[in-house]
Amino acid sequence: MDDLIIIRDLIKYFPLQKGFLDRLFAKEKGFVRAVDNVSFTIKKGEVLGLVGESGCGKTTTGRLILRLLEPTSGDILYNEKSVFSFTKKEMEKMREKMQIVFQDPYASLSPRMSIGKAIEHPLVIHNSHDKAERKEICLRIMEKVGLEPAEFLYKKYPHQLSGGQRQRVVIARALVTNPEFVVADEPIAMADVSVRALILELMAQLKEEFDLTYLYITHDLATCKYICDRVAIMYLGKIVEMGSLEEVFKNPIHPYTATLLEAVPVPDPKYRRTEPIPKGEIPSPINPPPGCSFHPRCHYAVSTCSQEEPDLKELRQEHWVACPIRS
Amino acid sequence: MNNILEIENLDVHFPINIGTVRAVDDVNWKLRQGEVMGLVGESGCGKSTLGFSIQRLLRPPGKIVNGRILYHGQDIVRMTEKEVLDLRGSKIAMIFQDPLTSLNPLFRIDQHFLETMFTHDKGLKKAEAFKKAEQMLESLGISPDRLLEYPHQLSGGMRQRIMIGLGLILQPDLLIADEPTTALDVIVEAQFLDLLADLQKKFNLTIILITHNLGNVAQLADRISVMYGGNMVEVAEANSIFENPLHPYTQGLLSSIPNIKLDQPKLKTMPGSPPDLVNPPPGCVFHPRCPQAKGVCKTKKPETKTKDGHLVSCWLY
Repeated sequence: MDDLIIIRDLIKYFPLQKGFLDRLFAKEKGFVRAVDNVSFTIKKGEVLGLVGESGCGKTTTGRLILRLLEPTSGDILYNEKSVFSFTKKEMEKMREKMQIVFQDPYASLSPRMSIGKAIEHPLVIHNSHDKAERKEICLRIMEKVGLEPAEFLYKKYPHQLSGGQRQRVVIARALVTNPEFVVADEPIAMADVSVRALILELMAQLKEEFDLTYLYITHDLATCKYICDRVAIMYLGKIVEMGSLEEVFKNPIHPYTATLLEAVPVPDPKYRRTEPIPKGEIPSPINPPPGCSFHPRCHYAVSTCSQEEPDLKELRQEHWVACPIRS
Repeated sequence: MNNILEIENLDVHFPINIGTVRAVDDVNWKLRQGEVMGLVGESGCGKSTLGFSIQRLLRPPGKIVNGRILYHGQDIVRMTEKEVLDLRGSKIAMIFQDPLTSLNPLFRIDQHFLETMFTHDKGLKKAEAFKKAEQMLESLGISPDRLLEYPHQLSGGMRQRIMIGLGLILQPDLLIADEPTTALDVIVEAQFLDLLADLQKKFNLTIILITHNLGNVAQLADRISVMYGGNMVEVAEANSIFENPLHPYTQGLLSSIPNIKLDQPKLKTMPGSPPDLVNPPPGCVFHPRCPQAKGVCKTKKPETKTKDGHLVSCWLY
């Protein structure tokens, strides 16, 4: 399989806002190290799950790939061509091929735009097809995502739809330009449990039908199981473990991955956790802990963990881990 | 065991311009002293409305049109506003879904605690109240010096713990937690649920844990109640709900939860969506989505029956 996306040493630091006095006395500039040297690839037709807690940089990574944000440094290759080499015009063309599904279907639909208009809008932007054709494409895609009867829903407004239907609209809007690559940023986080299952099933089905490649961003490892081929675990802007779904789920090597897997609620009253839950919360990405950034919360940490920053190493075939003790 | 709460034939309606939303429809529900009750259902099933009704916190146009809510034998529905005020916070506490919007950004954490305590006890000394707040923070696992900080200086998990601290500072015996972990990450969620279990023992609480995810309440709840379309469709011991769900809706809900520990390559999905509560379907509200629906389901509402220790409202039994 070919690599559709190759990411090399991607870094995104957001400069901190400073007050007037700090600027006057030229205090050292602070940064939020949102994405700190991340490299990975996504193969054509693959679903890569990017998993981590709030603030670990997973959403920033997704936006960087689509160039909705410009990175501090690093390179992103799409079909072996650097996305930074594109001119503005070329990039606009590219955007047809790369789409995003946002987390919140309430905030990502304009309340003044009917469902049909919203789904057609990308076609208007990319100036493809005439009015009648656009409607036809729109109705077809609405049927594909289960927005039926399409003709009836076409004229409805977002407030007349349920949360699950809205998320279908967002998905339809992303797919209307016939993309190759879709970043799905927590597409089911806002939905009810029963709706989650339906949306996941729909995404898997559409992937086959449209021959899509997904970057599936989530904080919920349990849902990865139903859609991902590979998963990458992020912590404080870095990837700490990456491998095939089965490898990572059955043999998690990094202690953070193990605790993430343990923290997922298990629908079984008799189940008891085997790994301790880490103490405290994710530290600030402004001053990340030295060495391995997970060491202050890690139950297995030794003194050397705070000294050397671990590299991502391939411990088993296609299973990469960055842990000072285990790799 | 004593019942701390008994709800009888409760109807809660929201009259709106297109009709009346029957958010809670003839619910009978008993809560035992000292238990953790999981109240589970999809958005719009009436679970939060039921929680709000217990505190008489319903926003207009919502109102209780029928039924009784007996708290230690006293009917909350018929209390005067003053009596309800005394009850709220000091006897029945509530924590909400979103810790970001539930704390006042202009108040320090200690001010939140002091205001709560002074509202119910005007004679309290300030130093004493402050000491109580410090002790509360310690039992929440937060360093007491954070009392002097503002909400924005705390993380989401800490804020939610402050919320539960504020709820417990007046030592209520009933805590209603409305989706307390929805806004939290998995690890913080696990920490929070562990804390809730500790506090329940320490303060001898009865807890109603409202959630849409059965997985969240599996280990914590003693009993689980499942609501659908304003109706209480099944109530049983937690173990029994998971091992032997009787109502087809409970079965559907269970099979759509991802279980990370099991080898299930695909999630089962439940087709359809929750009913329109302005014009609920006739008969059993679940029949349009029910895979086992038969003729009688479409015409007559099922009565609640006892079967294998479950209270279940379904024509199959």
